[in-house]
Amino acid sequence: MSDKKFYRHLIRERYCKGCNICVAYCPKKVLELKDGKVFAARPDDCIGCLMCELRCPDFAIEVKPRDAAASDGADERVVDLQVPPEAHDA
Amino acid sequence: MSETLSYFRQDRLPHIWCPGCGHGTITGALVRAIDRLGLDKNKIMLVSGIGCSSRAVGYLDFDTLHTAHGRALAFATGLKVARPDLKVIVMTGDGDCTAIGGNHFIHAARRNIDITTIVMNNNIYGMTSGQYSPMTPKGMLATTAPYGNSERDFDLAELAKAAGATYVARGTSFHVPMLIELLEQALQNKGFSVVEALSQCPTYMGRKNKIGSAVDMLEWIKGRTVNAKAAAALPPEKVQGKLLIGELHKSSQPEYCDEYLKATAKVRRAWKNIDGGLRGCEQNSD
Amino acid sequence: MPKTVKLMQGNEACTVGALAAGLEFYAGYPITPSTEIAELCAEELPKVGGSFIQMEDEIASAAAIIGASLTGRKSMTATSGPGFSLMQELLGYASLCEVPVVFVNVQRVGPSTGMPTSPAQGDVMQARWGTHGDHPVIVLSPGNVKECFELTVRAFNLSERYRVPAIVLMDEVIGHMREKVELPDASELVIENRPAPKSRVGYKPYEAAADGGVPPMAPFGEGYRWHVTGLFHDETGFPSNKPEVADRLMRRLAAKIDRNEAAIRDYVTESLDDCEIAVLSFGSSAMSALSAVRKARAAGVKAGMIRLRTIWPFPDEAIRELSSRVKAIVVPEMNLGQVALEVERASRCTARVARVSKVNGELFRPEEILAAIMEAAK
Repeated sequence: MSDKKFYRHLIRERYCKGCNICVAYCPKKVLELKDGKVFAARPDDCIGCLMCELRCPDFAIEVKPRDAAASDGADERVVDLQVPPEAHDA
Repeated sequence: MSETLSYFRQDRLPHIWCPGCGHGTITGALVRAIDRLGLDKNKIMLVSGIGCSSRAVGYLDFDTLHTAHGRALAFATGLKVARPDLKVIVMTGDGDCTAIGGNHFIHAARRNIDITTIVMNNNIYGMTSGQYSPMTPKGMLATTAPYGNSERDFDLAELAKAAGATYVARGTSFHVPMLIELLEQALQNKGFSVVEALSQCPTYMGRKNKIGSAVDMLEWIKGRTVNAKAAAALPPEKVQGKLLIGELHKSSQPEYCDEYLKATAKVRRAWKNIDGGLRGCEQNSD
Repeated sequence: MPKTVKLMQGNEACTVGALAAGLEFYAGYPITPSTEIAELCAEELPKVGGSFIQMEDEIASAAAIIGASLTGRKSMTATSGPGFSLMQELLGYASLCEVPVVFVNVQRVGPSTGMPTSPAQGDVMQARWGTHGDHPVIVLSPGNVKECFELTVRAFNLSERYRVPAIVLMDEVIGHMREKVELPDASELVIENRPAPKSRVGYKPYEAAADGGVPPMAPFGEGYRWHVTGLFHDETGFPSNKPEVADRLMRRLAAKIDRNEAAIRDYVTESLDDCEIAVLSFGSSAMSALSAVRKARAAGVKAGMIRLRTIWPFPDEAIRELSSRVKAIVVPEMNLGQVALEVERASRCTARVARVSKVNGELFRPEEILAAIMEAAK
């Protein structure tokens, strides 16, 4: 299925309070909590439904389309909040 | 920068609401509704009272007014009458709006003044840690209802409709896409609009009543609601005791500020062409 | 330009004064003996492009005028004792958030429903301390119909200048009596407006000199997108409960009045310089007091009169100086001695303070005050 879309999860760790809502309601079980913070355990399974982003009470997660598969395996979890969010997309 | 976050005062985040509190989700829904409508940030006035829900306005990048407990709608009325061209939105809670604020709520609805009121209903006083409110279901527990709440709760939608609101809807922090849609409709209604948004309070409502985590509470909310459109087709026992969600009332009535400007049109002169100072006043009636 | 001379009621003069000061929004609730102010505002405000609204209660009225003032519109409400009691929390809100608004309290006999159509002066302490917490407030007291005009204009100017709530404290007689009044021409009036911010960029709504500085105030709806909260707040206007922030805010707010007391102070005197018995009064009881002072003088007693037009801040200095050189200060009031308390405090007991209290809903007869002057002169 060559036209499968891939997504990235931009997580603002400082905002996340580990409430587990996104993890529970992700239809593809992409997300997990680690040390009380959400992270994309299986980013490639994400179908971009945005349920996590819409449901998050803390605006701590954002789903962005990503052209290639998560080749570099960059762990999105470690996001330095001192740098404004958009800087991560640069 | 995500569109949603551009509506926030990011230096004020993360907000104070407890982990899993539904107020953040509802605030996010409002911001997304505003974004979809492309409203001008400089023309939005956000007014709130006191309580967990009322802290929302401080996080949003508009002209924001955090008033006294129960008085948001009265402040908002002054704002709106002074500047009818501005979009006035009130963010309030179940206690703030229907207990101490009840009188202002029914009168704002009666006037049908163009204000959108979002009642973030977590069925409890959260800020003061767990007392029952006029929206706490009968029988449920709270710090001031240790033997179970012996009072019936308001049906806020019926109350708003009876008082004269011209757009009434109920949504929840579970049905987020629907809530965004309802808020969009409410913001577009030229008159008094009420959106009651059921919200989970895991810290007090959830713990005191042993409903469980935020996710358990969302399931509880999902379980106690039924879509108004679907309800008609469902057998009565499926709807009995359930709260209807969706658009519940919509009518068009003259809006208060329009009526006032119309009534005073014949004497109304713009402030600019008055030389200021003394204006003649006929002897007033005794 | 011939002067405008009219037979005018106190409540009407108050309203005309408000309009002269630039009133654009009135919210109120009917209550004897101030309702005429609401009625006239309802009639006149649309003529100047303003708005009137009758709210569901006095709390809503106070809330509405604060909301309107935040859009840059000069706003006012008028009430009497029972309504004034309901307005207290929001008067404190306006004081903490530094929102210019004018409250008119046409006093009647209280407490409770009391005697709605009878004059009294029993709300003096409430006007100063009615709401909870330390807070700046200015209270003016007209003594005749013309002053209802003048002091309402002054109340707006002071409220705008210092961003504090200003209270015009009248009573039923001052509000309802009619007098021939020569009103100043519009051009003679000095109308003040709240300090405006210099620029939108980096606007800090509550940044001002610590010694009573008044921060510039932006109107809502003009793109400043600023925040107002009844929680203690720092210079940016956002909530803070840091001790040093709270201390700084409280002291700056108080200093706005204390540092400017001389400019706010306002009293008139007659034969006060060489008097041995001074009579201190305000509002409608001062009319009888003045007559008594003149009668005492005619009878050879050196009496003098000081009438307060600004009650709060209280003119401590003037009273201290006066009490150092007179035998007694007679204080006739239509309450049980609220201003007398302040006179005793300010005089530090250097002069005897003789209270003359009338609490039966009637005005003083000059003879009642004259008797007290004679008694004090013995």
